[in-house]
Amino acid sequence: MAVSIYLPAILAPLADGARVVDLEGPTVGAAVQALTQRYPGLTPRLVDERGEQYPFIAIYLNDDDIRLVGGFDATVQDGDELSIVPAVAGG
Amino acid sequence: MTTTLSPSPNETGARTSRPPAPHRLFCSRCQLTFDAAPQALCSTCLGPVQPVYEHDVLPTREELQRRPRTLWRYAEWLPFAERPVVAEHVGFTPLVEAPRLAQALGVARVWIKNDSVSHPSLSFKDRVVATALNAAHAFGLTTVGCASTGNLANAVAAAAAAAGLPAWIFVPADLEPAKIVGTTVYGPRLVRVRGTYDDVNRLCSQLADRFEWGIVNVNLRAYYGEGSKTVGFEIVDQLGWRFPSAVIAPMAGGSLVTKLHKAFAEFARAGLADGEQPRIYGAQANGCAPIVRFIQSNARVLTPERPHTIARSLAIGNPADALTARAAIQTSGGWAHAVTDDELVLGIRQLAETSGVFTETAGGVTVAAAYALAQQGRLRPSDEVVLCITGNGLKTPDAVASVLQDAPEIAPRLSAVEALVAAAA
Repeated sequence: MAVSIYLPAILAPLADGARVVDLEGPTVGAAVQALTQRYPGLTPRLVDERGEQYPFIAIYLNDDDIRLVGGFDATVQDGDELSIVPAVAGG
Repeated sequence: MTTTLSPSPNETGARTSRPPAPHRLFCSRCQLTFDAAPQALCSTCLGPVQPVYEHDVLPTREELQRRPRTLWRYAEWLPFAERPVVAEHVGFTPLVEAPRLAQALGVARVWIKNDSVSHPSLSFKDRVVATALNAAHAFGLTTVGCASTGNLANAVAAAAAAAGLPAWIFVPADLEPAKIVGTTVYGPRLVRVRGTYDDVNRLCSQLADRFEWGIVNVNLRAYYGEGSKTVGFEIVDQLGWRFPSAVIAPMAGGSLVTKLHKAFAEFARAGLADGEQPRIYGAQANGCAPIVRFIQSNARVLTPERPHTIARSLAIGNPADALTARAAIQTSGGWAHAVTDDELVLGIRQLAETSGVFTETAGGVTVAAAYALAQQGRLRPSDEVVLCITGNGLKTPDAVASVLQDAPEIAPRLSAVEALVAAAA
């Protein structure tokens, strides 16, 4: 499943300046893993030491916070968009 | 009435429009420091950054009391080295004792910190916008904006209009009509986004990357949040430089309880407040209570929620400050409680009928939580309690309109009133 992953400006330097990365993955977790394999510097900002979502980011599968739709196990469809957004905002 | 900020102890001379030099920032997680900038996150760990305060001399109680009654009287604890140039007349809302509410709750004394009459937009959000807009001015950001559940939209629109700044304001599309009118009247660009507040917030995070705007609760958040501390400073000041024993506040993103705790700690360190720091209690509506459940379950991570409550101003399912809010509440010895929508509506009426203050739904949540905490024995008979009433009831009149008694319509005759009085006896 081909998905596009959108990175915030603050993480782009860890991905050679990329803001959008096209990757394959049957699940959100697989897509994130593919992303961190391509750009290892992103790993600690996306995944914590337990292999769970890093607490200072939010990940959206299209318009849904992945924590509400299965987390890293959520399945993705061709053309889906994953948006990574800093968590500390709003209120 | 016109007031002006008096010079701080190190300043003299005429008022200047020089930008108010924001403080540097630091990350409390990795201890990195950053130059002052429209930056809310640590570039290394993505945790929140906050202003650095480096004081040689702090004012005394007497010096503070001689200053004008605005939030800027606490300038040494706000993140600017110079005087503000916009939003100068904000803060110092009434602290009103409510003896009938104290009696109903079974505690010694109760005060209402009444931000429902905040200048200019009738909610405590005027405070955070005051600091954020001065930061925007200092950074040369000529357009401001926000993601809002309503009160912040009103506050940004009002302050931006007064400052002559264009504003882009983003709200959930189904926001209450009074909060739409209370924003558009000031002439900003108001955009209604299909989705929840959390959808709006995500969009604004992305907008902060795209446009050179000062989005007050995104890239100006480090300066914005410090404005909330002034609620705590004023409570201590207005009580005669002492702490109450408990403070109850509503929680949306969790920032207010976090900053109340910080404010009390700062005044304790400065030797400005007598007594022990208060227990802090946080209140949410059951239909969106991620921080309450995070605290009550003591879970390792927060579980976001999809909001379903009439307390729209608290309807943040993915709160940014949940971690710090929990730490503040637990460190203070307080607790968190969630109330139903029926309870919050009753809370609005109870506050109005016992204290003469008409609050919006968030205030109803606070009052209803106070009743529940008293019933649970968490509030004690000896307690002196401050309720933070953060918004005005005229913003959400529909929440209570349907449960209030209809007014009888009569002919203009004495006999008609005599009949009503007899029936009421």
